[in-house]
Amino acid sequence: MNDPLATPLWRGARVGTAGLALIAAVAFPFVFTNPAVTSVAMFTLLFVGSSSAWNLFSGYSGYMALGNAVFFGSGAYFLANVAKDLHLKGGIGIFALVPLAGLFAGLVGVPVGWLALRTRRHTFVVVTISIFFVFQLLAYNLHSLTNGSGGMQLPMPPWLADTYNNYFYAAALVVAVVAIALSWAVRRSRFGLDLLAIRDDEDRARGLGVRTERVKLAAFALTGFITGMCGAITAYYLGSIYPPFVFDALFDVTIALMAFLGGLGTVTGPVVGALLLEPMQQYLTLRFSNAGISLILFGCLFLLVIRFLPEGVVPSLARLLRHVLRTRGEPQAGPGDPPPYDSPADHSPAAREVPR
Amino acid sequence: MSTELAKAVVDGVLTGGVYALMAAGLTLIFGVMEIINIAQGILVVLGAYLSYVLQTHLGLDPFLGLFITVPVMFFVGVGIEWGFVRRLKQQNRTALSILVTFAVAIVIEGILTQFFSGDLRSLHAWYVDRSLHLLGFYLPYIYLLGFALAVAGLAALQVFLYRTRTGYSIRASMQNRAGAQLVGIDINRVSAITFGIGAAVTAAGGMVFGATTTFNPNSGYDLISRLLVIVVLGGLGSIGGALIAAVVALVIEDVTAVLWSPVWASTMFFAVLIVVLIVRPNGLFGRQAARAQ
Repeated sequence: MNDPLATPLWRGARVGTAGLALIAAVAFPFVFTNPAVTSVAMFTLLFVGSSSAWNLFSGYSGYMALGNAVFFGSGAYFLANVAKDLHLKGGIGIFALVPLAGLFAGLVGVPVGWLALRTRRHTFVVVTISIFFVFQLLAYNLHSLTNGSGGMQLPMPPWLADTYNNYFYAAALVVAVVAIALSWAVRRSRFGLDLLAIRDDEDRARGLGVRTERVKLAAFALTGFITGMCGAITAYYLGSIYPPFVFDALFDVTIALMAFLGGLGTVTGPVVGALLLEPMQQYLTLRFSNAGISLILFGCLFLLVIRFLPEGVVPSLARLLRHVLRTRGEPQAGPGDPPPYDSPADHSPAAREVPR
Repeated sequence: MSTELAKAVVDGVLTGGVYALMAAGLTLIFGVMEIINIAQGILVVLGAYLSYVLQTHLGLDPFLGLFITVPVMFFVGVGIEWGFVRRLKQQNRTALSILVTFAVAIVIEGILTQFFSGDLRSLHAWYVDRSLHLLGFYLPYIYLLGFALAVAGLAALQVFLYRTRTGYSIRASMQNRAGAQLVGIDINRVSAITFGIGAAVTAAGGMVFGATTTFNPNSGYDLISRLLVIVVLGGLGSIGGALIAAVVALVIEDVTAVLWSPVWASTMFFAVLIVVLIVRPNGLFGRQAARAQ
């Protein structure tokens, strides 16, 4: 049976929604001028970027990386070091270094990926976690590069309090859009198909001529590039960075949870997951100043998502929509659909039962 | 220098034994269920807090308290398996199990933070502060007793796995899950018992951990990262491998602290893993199957 969501009508609706979402994102800081709100919005966009980046490698290839904070922290410390060594003053110019920080994090991803990707499945997960702890320890110990637990200061931008967040919001929006565009482009390319083939059956994909090592490493480094940019922007926004904040174990799982919540391996999934989760998390932290309760609520939410939405919001909604469209009797015939001359048979109760 | 070095090796072996006990639970759970229990670290901390509560409120000696904390932790483990792990769908089970146990760890950390705040605690007893003078070494009694406890625990585990009917079922499930089901083994029961045992050993490990170092609800992260390194180093699912890896890793850490600097000791711990993985991606004693996807 044809996919009722693949008609030109629905495709147009999807493009339209994406356009509207972009316009809404651009207009957001002009409508909501409260700095407390724009700050949450900026962090949400950074998580949209980080979670899409996580999904680009882990969602497509099936390799669960739980150490992406390595990239986040590398980007943050790169920006802090360059700004310090060049004695840069705060201002818009610093943002020009953000892509460089991303490139640096992507380069870090090459040896890290080479090492971690020698293993598979559970061992891979554990190795990424271990490498993450190595980087956190290095951040504490390499005093010449990171100043240890004393932390590093970044230049202070000269902007007024009212518009201060808007610069960061704009930068975060650019990174988020780049992340989504890359994720979309990869999904439609041969490269993306290679990754999906690796997820389904790596040995067979290899037998069919997919250069698995190279494909995996490239996707891993690309993830590092985007996540590193998110880390650099966060560092600039916070003004000072410390090892446990930029190399944060919770970051590793939060971006994975966002992708799971939205829908693993889909382009929109991590976006939806981040939009739902990050504002909620910020609200929980604000509402319950007590760390214990917000941790309990976050963990329970986590458990509920895995229990009741193991596929994620986007695939579950898409399935529901397909089910509704099909069981409404007449298919929503788009111009490209075959003529429904065999439709009488389709109205028998047995045929109307949607498989699955 | 040489006596310091010898002392570092002895300390490494003694603490390695305790880590081996905690890691044995983790690798046993992996062997039977093919899932990684990220909550193992926070369960150790929970075990330490249970001993702490028994000691401060009932005045119970931590070693005597084990008669209460070990069964309690067993049922905590059975509860986690029954409540969350068993309900996972077969598709994507590996990935989801890691997230589920992580979520359980976050909830437990939240509960501990709520009750005990983030303040550092530690267990006290006469054997914690005194040392035995032996062959020129000063060995704290707690290290010796903890090591003895770990050896006893591991021996009990060995007897249980190799001499009882349930133990046979567990080993059969480790070798071939589907085959074990075919010959009539109730895999759900075996999984629950395995998870219970995996959690029960953390009660003993946590007690020794709490007596040798200070702890707070945040200590779980450091512990789980070390335990994961140990089980991967030894090869996932291999109990013997975990024992050797625990002792080797802890000795290397302590020796680094003496020869180089304590600052780099824990980095060394992870560096060992990286070096081993370059040479042997399956760990020291890993099965080839661990690489198949």
